[in-house]
Amino acid sequence: MSFLDYAPAPESTAILNLRPEYGLFIDGRFVDGHGKAFDTISPATEKTIARIATADAHDVDLAVAAARRAYEGTWSRLSGVDRGKYLFRIARLVQERSRELAVAESLDNGKPIKETRDVDVPLVAAWFFYYAGWADKLDHAGLGADPRSLGVAAQVIPWNFPLLMLAWKIAPALAAGNTVVLKSAESTPLTALLFAEILQQAELPDGVVNILSGAGDTGATLVNHPDVDKVAFTGSTSVGRAIARSVAGTQKKLTLELGGKGANIVFDDAPIDQAIEGIISGIYFNQGQVCCAGSRLLVQENVHDEVVERLKARLSTLRVGDPLDKNTDVGAINSAAQLKRITELSDIGEQEGAERWSPECSLPEKGFWFAPTIFTNVSTSHRIARDEIFGPVLSVLTFRTPGEAIAKANNTPYGLSAGIWSDKGSRVLAVADRLRAGVVWANTFNKFDPSSPFGGYKESGFGREGGRHGLAAYLAPALRQAPGSVPVYESLVEAPAAAESLAMEPAAPSLGTASDPAPAPTASEGNVR
Amino acid sequence: MTIDTASAERAVAPAARAIEVIGGDLTEKSLRRYLEGIPGVDAVGLEQRAAGLGTRSIKTTSKAWALDRIIELIDLTTLEGADTPGKVRSLVAKALVPDAADPSTPRVAAVCVYGDMVPHAVRALGSAHAAGGDTGINVAAVATAFPSGRASLEVKLADTTDAVRAGADEIDMVIDRGAFLAGRYGQVFDEIVAVKEACRRENGSSAHLKVILETGELNTYDNVRRASWLAILAGGDFIKTSTGKVSPAATLPVTLSMLEVVRDWHRLTGEKIGVKPAGGIRSSKDAIKHLVTVAETVGEEWLQPHLFRFGASSLLNDVLLQRQKLRTGAYSGPDYVTVD
Repeated sequence: MSFLDYAPAPESTAILNLRPEYGLFIDGRFVDGHGKAFDTISPATEKTIARIATADAHDVDLAVAAARRAYEGTWSRLSGVDRGKYLFRIARLVQERSRELAVAESLDNGKPIKETRDVDVPLVAAWFFYYAGWADKLDHAGLGADPRSLGVAAQVIPWNFPLLMLAWKIAPALAAGNTVVLKSAESTPLTALLFAEILQQAELPDGVVNILSGAGDTGATLVNHPDVDKVAFTGSTSVGRAIARSVAGTQKKLTLELGGKGANIVFDDAPIDQAIEGIISGIYFNQGQVCCAGSRLLVQENVHDEVVERLKARLSTLRVGDPLDKNTDVGAINSAAQLKRITELSDIGEQEGAERWSPECSLPEKGFWFAPTIFTNVSTSHRIARDEIFGPVLSVLTFRTPGEAIAKANNTPYGLSAGIWSDKGSRVLAVADRLRAGVVWANTFNKFDPSSPFGGYKESGFGREGGRHGLAAYLAPALRQAPGSVPVYESLVEAPAAAESLAMEPAAPSLGTASDPAPAPTASEGNVR
Repeated sequence: MTIDTASAERAVAPAARAIEVIGGDLTEKSLRRYLEGIPGVDAVGLEQRAAGLGTRSIKTTSKAWALDRIIELIDLTTLEGADTPGKVRSLVAKALVPDAADPSTPRVAAVCVYGDMVPHAVRALGSAHAAGGDTGINVAAVATAFPSGRASLEVKLADTTDAVRAGADEIDMVIDRGAFLAGRYGQVFDEIVAVKEACRRENGSSAHLKVILETGELNTYDNVRRASWLAILAGGDFIKTSTGKVSPAATLPVTLSMLEVVRDWHRLTGEKIGVKPAGGIRSSKDAIKHLVTVAETVGEEWLQPHLFRFGASSLLNDVLLQRQKLRTGAYSGPDYVTVD
């Protein structure tokens, strides 16, 4: 026998206690939806997991109304300390149920269990722990004393990291004192619904978080709802554009986290074995269905052949198959539609003259699968070097000098992520400084931490998630009368101004707001709508 | 340290591999330039990769195969100041019959002892002594003023010759870490070449040479990688992590970085070099992580005694317990394996 044909080590689905049908989670309860229900399937087997309700306009109304009631009646009146307690409780419950969540996520999304177990779910807990800590420290969020929450946040999340994106959206929103209506992605509604059960378990006040399922039109109805104060969207650039258009002219605050075509730059002095690992995790992590994926590999020309040779050797050891097997490195593509897009763009790459290579690997017959693929001889004008493929497809380009690397890396309508591989610290810093990307990783890739802001330039969106900046996206500065004159609207971003205003107010209210049930500005702001 | 230009230009001992790879005019300078041109190692990335390999889930038939193979790859070791002929006989008995309750248990690859214990080991093995052959058990001896290596070259060579004459099939030498850290690569190189020469027997055959880098004293992965190249260039048949007398000894990232060198050497020359992590691997779980790392880095064919070994003493009993568990479905306990 071959040792490398590891015996199957599937994670058991027995831990799941799924219902055959799921409704919408509105006002603390699961209720029937009025749209046409749909089946959520496992992309690895195409088997139905559960029947899921769809929210129509009426359901969206109910959910937004519930969130508004909860905002005005409960959540905005709670002290930061108490909001933090709920968030800590949610974080602990996520940890307690981590195995179950990991299995459900793998089943519904198609990504390998080792990723959901070791990356997604631990990060979800980390996000809630992190923002739980912020809930009573909003004075330090960079907006001056007593920043206001915004009200009801409408949040629409993608299918590539269903539970993690939920955490990125819900944790800061709740910490800042907002209530939430979240719409999960059509192909991955499952873990959001399990999360709703966790909210019930945590006894979060009714209506503070409402979770809707449905397709794009449900999302559109939600973000266009007149009683929504904040819109946060993660997904494709085209949908993001439509949202920006529809939100324009309203009072809604907007955060968009959209597509990307990240450059992973490998210099000739890179730690070569780790660079290979970084390239692999940059593009094959989550089957490349990552907005910040390092889908464009820029290799210094003098090491191109060696890098490609090593990359191919390493690629041949990746295990493609059952997402629930603990030894699987690359799982299934999330949907038939996504598989079609990846297949089409890859075919175009071939037609345009790039050289296509995949390791030998047998793919399961049922389900949506795409072998990890490398394109060499790619030019900057090829579509596979410009369009976001959102799949396990790497385009390899070359450069000769750092200047050329920077120019090529920046030559994209996107600007979400980039990676630099070099043993020379000064070069890493100099290049990072000139890359127009929201995240630049040095000698690593696809690393996330709740304390680090994440977001894009240009067509990759605006606003930041994570860290203090991610919190500020759900806050507005306090509205207050400056001594004897017009209201002062503090600058959103300029720290010095915020510091001055703090200094101006020696008698700022105490940090603990426990004895201050409903800060007046917040409540009145709510009533205006 | 000032660089002695005379010694920088001094030709180091000829070693066929180094001449082939670096070029005919092998000098301290050319050796240094070659070693310093090797790409660096990013510690965070290396450790992350090792941790990733450590999460492989090896179950049922794969686990059964792995446990047996681990036994076949063990250099069962006793390296104590208190070693006696009796202790060595007892070690050999365990090597021959690891699990008295299960005759299907494979034998270990070798016993590893101090040089003066070699005759006792050879005698105890009797007809089971493989003497470098394919069947039976080899005798490995540590040499060259093990574990510190702090002795003159003459003493180190005498130590080696002594063990080979007494019947050692494999010599585990230590490099001069002081010289390495001081940048005297030529000296380290020359010593390995000389010890390799001392491994030669009168009949022209040669004891296998394992070169111990003592990675715990080299401290950085860059040094480990550089020392691995140096040891291979100088003619080592195996590169070995540690003496077991310094902590940390064998860790998974260190073994991984050495395996990467071996893989690159194979790619460069087609030649296969062995790797021996030693010290600190006490559980079956750790050993299985090493097997996974070997298989996924250099390939499965390295999982053979002439290309991979574990230097261990307590590991064997843990593997036997795991083996019993697989067979019977129940955990036994430390009293169901023998203490030697």
